[in-house]
Amino acid sequence: MLEINNLHAELEEDSGVKILKGLSLTIKPGEVHAIMGPNGSGKSTLSYVLSGRDGYEVTEGSATLEGVDLLEMEPEERAAAGLFLAFQYPVEIPGVGNMTFLRTAVNAQRKARGEEELSAGEFLKVVRAKAKELQIDAEMLKRPVNVGFSGGEKKRNEILQMAMLEPKMCILDETDSGLDVDAMKLVSDGVNALRDAGRSFLVITHYQRLLNHIQPDVVHIMSEGRIIKTGGPELALEVEENGYADLMAEAQA
Amino acid sequence: MMPRAKLKAQKVEAANALLDGRALPQGGAWITRARSDAEQRVRDMGLPTKRDEYWRYTDPRRLTSADVVAGALHDTQGEAPAFDAFDRVKLVFVDGVFDADASDPMALDGVEICQLSQAAMTDLHWARDIYGALEARGQSPVERPLASLNTAYATEGVLIRVTGKPAKPISLIYQRKSETSDAMVHHVIRVESGAEATILENGPFATRFNQVMEVDIADGGTLHHIRAQGRDHERAGSAHFFARLGAGSHLKSFTLTANGALIRNDSVIWLDGGEGSAHVAGATVGDGAFHHDDTVFITHGAPRCESRQVFKKVLRHGAVGVFQGKILVDQIAQLTDGYQISQSLLLDEDAQFLAKPELEIYADDVKCSHGSTSGEIDSNQLFYLRARGVPEDTAKTLLVLAFLAEALDEIADPAYAEDLRARLEAWFERRG
Ligand SMILES: Nc1ncnc2c1ncn2[C@@H]1O[C@H](COP(=O)(O)OP(=O)(O)OP(=O)(O)O)[C@@H](O)[C@H]1O
Ligand SMILES: [Mg+2]
Repeated sequence: MLEINNLHAELEEDSGVKILKGLSLTIKPGEVHAIMGPNGSGKSTLSYVLSGRDGYEVTEGSATLEGVDLLEMEPEERAAAGLFLAFQYPVEIPGVGNMTFLRTAVNAQRKARGEEELSAGEFLKVVRAKAKELQIDAEMLKRPVNVGFSGGEKKRNEILQMAMLEPKMCILDETDSGLDVDAMKLVSDGVNALRDAGRSFLVITHYQRLLNHIQPDVVHIMSEGRIIKTGGPELALEVEENGYADLMAEAQA
Repeated sequence: MMPRAKLKAQKVEAANALLDGRALPQGGAWITRARSDAEQRVRDMGLPTKRDEYWRYTDPRRLTSADVVAGALHDTQGEAPAFDAFDRVKLVFVDGVFDADASDPMALDGVEICQLSQAAMTDLHWARDIYGALEARGQSPVERPLASLNTAYATEGVLIRVTGKPAKPISLIYQRKSETSDAMVHHVIRVESGAEATILENGPFATRFNQVMEVDIADGGTLHHIRAQGRDHERAGSAHFFARLGAGSHLKSFTLTANGALIRNDSVIWLDGGEGSAHVAGATVGDGAFHHDDTVFITHGAPRCESRQVFKKVLRHGAVGVFQGKILVDQIAQLTDGYQISQSLLLDEDAQFLAKPELEIYADDVKCSHGSTSGEIDSNQLFYLRARGVPEDTAKTLLVLAFLAEALDEIADPAYAEDLRARLEAWFERRG
């Protein structure tokens, strides 16, 4: 599904500030991978580089989605190809209704894939059902995108977008941060409901707790722009107990 | 710097040169007096120049020159004019001249409408107390000679007296069919106590236009004024909107402007009675050779009134936007609630926004705020939309419309707001 090979990226502005330093990762269809790693190790940067945000320059390496070069595409093309990023910090857009935003996004992707646009009625039906599962009320759907939403509401709204867009490759950047226990359950249920053989997940998190709900197949530890260790779910437990110090020392040795 | 006296002498000389030998239009006693008073005001004030305080950002020469700069007609490629879908009483002006054949009969319950040209021939008319009177009042503290020029020479326009709550809006439609037309139109609107009406205006008007609308709203009256100045690249003009509000009366005035070589809109509003409200808003889109100037002066002359100014401009390819807005709060106007915001979205580095927000407050217990910003499209918002699959152009249009939404929200009836929003969307889509 997603194949990242020896990816190097640096900031476009302060060139010389290298953030990703030879990152490799392969996620097969249907798999859930988790990435853990200290603050500032480059996890969000990886998600931005994959989704095509301005400001980063890839100096080496490759990233492909189902064999197609991601790095050559515009962000909207990557989305239409099936990539989805649940933002660590969802963006507020005053003046654009959440519903308009969702419908524009869904129909833009359908159009890009040569599918027919959803009618207003069909769209409404689907959105209402999915919103209900995430306990997002009608009021929140009407409000401008993320404006005045609490931290947890913003994260649930990200998952609603994911559920509506039905991407193939979902990257969740700290979707668990800012969630209370119940919301974490809701969000995890939302994610688990989307798990299937044709869809993969890359879950960035600091906490093992989320991984109790969304059970990963593979766990990666990232440090200073690289994956320093890859293992099974037990790796997350090890981090939870001992922190990163041992793993980092081991990697340097 | 040129000495003041010399500058004034030059302005007066320019006015005399323009007016000498030009006869006032024929008319009855009341209008002849109003016209000759106005002519004298022009001669006393002189013509505006770029050295005047409120013309610093906009060069008035194109509006005061003896000859009109010819301008090619604009092809709107079949787009229906604004408000086309609404049931309304249509009054059509072609190059500033009333076209009776193209217009609806001036009959509507709750309103009396007549042409200025007909009223001018009578010896007495209700408009006597308003025609030229609000304009004259509006000459202080800031001189507006173009408006006096209009009062003196305009022969076209309508006089509307709202006595009830008419079921339909009155729609003033301004078509341009000539490449050299020079139009002067003067409307008077009187809203009687407790009455309520909607006045729509749309169309490019003329190659050059000078419009005055004087509005007098009696106690408890309400006027909705929605104006769509578009789409025409080569016209130039000035529109003055003078409004006096009695106690407990309400005004909502909204203007959409799309392109034009030079457009100057002055709004001069007096809240004369307590507990009134005046909302003036504008959404402007300019691409290329476009200079647009909103100059607003709101005077709170009574306690417990509310005023709002919401102006948004989207500019690109060298377009220039100007906002000059003032809230003046008299000593008597305690518990004033005044708000003013002017914002521009510059889509490239060539566009320019010039703002002069002013507060002048003589009462001690008031709530007044103003703000002015100039920015570009937020790159985080743009990326967020694109990351969800929305193509860049569509995403930009969405964000630009979101930016303009706060101004459109000032229109009370969402159906009109939606009509104008759809036009703005089309405007951006045509440009990509
Ligand atoms: N646009 C930018 N300008 C300056 N520095 C940046 C920029 N983007 C990333 N960085 C820096 O790159 C490093 C990696 O940041 P990134 O946000 O990817 O870390 P992270 O692993 O997601 O951290 P966290 O766990 O705190 O979310 C940090 O040192 C950060 O300050
Ligand atoms: Mg991060």
